[in-house]
Amino acid sequence: MATQTEAYDIAVIGGGNAALCAAMTAAEAGARVLILETAPKPYRGGNSRHTRNFRCMHHGPLGPLVDAYSEDEYLSDLLKVTYGKTDEHLARLAIRTSEECLPWMEERGVRFQPSLSGTLSLARTNAFFMGGGKSLVNAYYRTVAGLGVDALYEAAVTHLELNGDQIEWVDYTYEGQSHRITPKAVIVASGGFQADTDWLTRAWGEPAKNFLIRGTPYNRGVVLADLLDQGVESVGDPTQCHAVAIDGRAPKFDGGIVTRLDCVPFSIVVNKNAERFYDEGEDVWPKRYAIWGRLVAAQADQVGFVIIDAKSLNLFMPSVFPPLKADTLEELAAKMSLPADKLTATVAEFNAACGDTSGFHPTELDGVATSGLTPPKTNWARPITEPPFYGYSLRTGVTFTYLGLKVDDTAQCSTPNGKIKNLWAAGETMAGSILGQGYLAGFGMTIGTVFGRIAGREAATYAN
Amino acid sequence: MQTELIQEARRQAEICNACRYCEGYCSVFPSLHAERAFSDGNITQLANLCHNCRGCYYACQYTAPHEFDLNLPKALAEVRRDSWESFAWPQPLARRFHTQGGVIALALVIGFALLFWAIRAIGSSGGEGFYAVLSHNAMVAIFAPAFLLPLFSIAISLRRYWAEVGGKPIQISDLTTAFKRAGKMQDLAAGHGEGCNFEDEDRFSQGRRHIHHAIMYGFLLCFASTSVATVMHYGFGLHAPYSFWSLPKLFGISGGILLTLGCGAMVLLKRKSDRNLGDPSAWGGDIAFILLLGFVGFSGLVLYALGSTTLMPQLLAIHLGSVLAFFLLTPYTKMAHGFYRLAALVRDAQRKRGS
Repeated sequence: MATQTEAYDIAVIGGGNAALCAAMTAAEAGARVLILETAPKPYRGGNSRHTRNFRCMHHGPLGPLVDAYSEDEYLSDLLKVTYGKTDEHLARLAIRTSEECLPWMEERGVRFQPSLSGTLSLARTNAFFMGGGKSLVNAYYRTVAGLGVDALYEAAVTHLELNGDQIEWVDYTYEGQSHRITPKAVIVASGGFQADTDWLTRAWGEPAKNFLIRGTPYNRGVVLADLLDQGVESVGDPTQCHAVAIDGRAPKFDGGIVTRLDCVPFSIVVNKNAERFYDEGEDVWPKRYAIWGRLVAAQADQVGFVIIDAKSLNLFMPSVFPPLKADTLEELAAKMSLPADKLTATVAEFNAACGDTSGFHPTELDGVATSGLTPPKTNWARPITEPPFYGYSLRTGVTFTYLGLKVDDTAQCSTPNGKIKNLWAAGETMAGSILGQGYLAGFGMTIGTVFGRIAGREAATYAN
Repeated sequence: MQTELIQEARRQAEICNACRYCEGYCSVFPSLHAERAFSDGNITQLANLCHNCRGCYYACQYTAPHEFDLNLPKALAEVRRDSWESFAWPQPLARRFHTQGGVIALALVIGFALLFWAIRAIGSSGGEGFYAVLSHNAMVAIFAPAFLLPLFSIAISLRRYWAEVGGKPIQISDLTTAFKRAGKMQDLAAGHGEGCNFEDEDRFSQGRRHIHHAIMYGFLLCFASTSVATVMHYGFGLHAPYSFWSLPKLFGISGGILLTLGCGAMVLLKRKSDRNLGDPSAWGGDIAFILLLGFVGFSGLVLYALGSTTLMPQLLAIHLGSVLAFFLLTPYTKMAHGFYRLAALVRDAQRKRGS
């Protein structure tokens, strides 16, 4: 085993937003910091590469954000999606700190832009990164390099040695060799375990084998498992994760944002038996977006099929893969391997339940609903009659898992015997401490930035 | 046009349209996001709006090794070059100069030879200064067609471009918008005004924008110098040579310095950049063209500095030979990009006002 000759005060495990925020904060406080990033350079940044915005509280107009977004409104949005499954103390800490983060991010090279087209509903609450998450990651790597932080790519941490109340050493492999370092403090920011299909299957059961992973293939939970095995306290439910319904043709890993489908509100969605199973018109994007992952996961073979007709094709964001197209529903059914007679019957039943559609309004809850149909469609219910007909397949896309390390409001980890004096956690590794279930767009970046900075500050104070 | 280049750019544009993260960077993305399906004309327009700043490439989560393999700057650069070659007139000349630096060098040598021959064969008719070597009438006889023919050729090319991209009747406001954008080279500043990613991966720098400004304004000053001199000659009977404190000289000297420095710096900058984010096959042609343009400026300065020595006739032939080669190659080299960029910006201004 090679021993690193350079002495580091702090090892940061992971290379995404939370890790970089921690590294910048610690290095600015004078600590010698080493970043150990598992991914090769083109894939550095974990899921942050695929993100695009940061949900931010603000008292008045701030950067690209308009109006105001109060702590209570933010919290209430979070409670709505988590159904109360959140640690309110930590959630409020994240929310309250988010406001000072935005200028802090700008000072470190992040640039914002007005909300992207097709996402106007987020103009008040979410600050969009110009160029998206990878440009944020690039800016932060430039900044850490300027601060003298060393960042190793393809450096896979295999073990943290926990001895009583402290981490003694960190083992990792790099360029084909094993290394051991003994930093004074360690910050874990290495994400969830969603890219480890076996672990996901143990947690979820067999259906998880059919899930697609929207983000980085490098979040395999190696460090998380290593710490949990050594008795570090955890939080979160292993079956909870951020899951959405994405295009069924998306790659197994790393498909990112382009695989999303915004057409559900204007469609009917059926399972492989051509039966509807949920109210497609329940709510507008993005609130409804996060629920369909679980709905599809509960169907046979974890697939769903979206059916629309010609009049709805241009009402939603362009999709990365073109829809299947057919002149008749029978032909479409054949292309989607659905039972044709059942699909035509389902559509006929739906069409018959549609009423007056003159109030149809694609961008708001219009109350154009079915009557006497189970399940109902409570908005945007227009008969599917106008050829050509279009179809998309849906599968469950997992963004990140919520089982993680339990932290306090200084981002410090603990065992049942008390605090681990030199171990902190940030980002998706500890997001389950706040997010019990559900998801709020841009909140992952908020947690990563806020707790990354806290972890960096605390670790540097300890190391100095 | 080569369908496989258009097809590849279209594949990438469709992925960009589903992502939209780069919306804030430059004119290409709002224009791209305005469409759901991309005609060949849409792709050609996007290609000519792109300034190859590479900001989108370094921000992109889907570049290789990702299986989507996006490299929009390269795809658009290839379509762009192909569009210039396809629209050029006369067609047989078009596919030489963008990719073959050697042909540009050869054209330069032919330019020198023609001028040396003209000086010997036609010579002076008793003028002073440069006209003592080659008469004013002879210069006009050589350079008027060498200037007007390329302009005619470019006009034909731009008409073809305009038809391809579905251009509408032009309003004054389209022109002012386009000239303002071109004047500031706003699209080389990225959406946040901090420049582009050209010489050092994802680091933003104004280097390319400033260097490009030096070349553009250097060229325009040189052009203004000649234009002013023409007006002085024909309008006011004020004939060359002019003194240092005259407009032709002030424009010419400052323009020549900017052009020489700008072109030299651009070659150095291009050597630092990643060729695979542009059109790799155009590399030789681009460098040769920049060197030619820089040489026009440099030889003009040398001619001014040594114009009173015995070397003057040779220097004059070399300078005018390079100017001749440059003019004649204008429709078939990178120089054409300025005309197409302006046309693309005019079309984009029309799109923005809903036409």
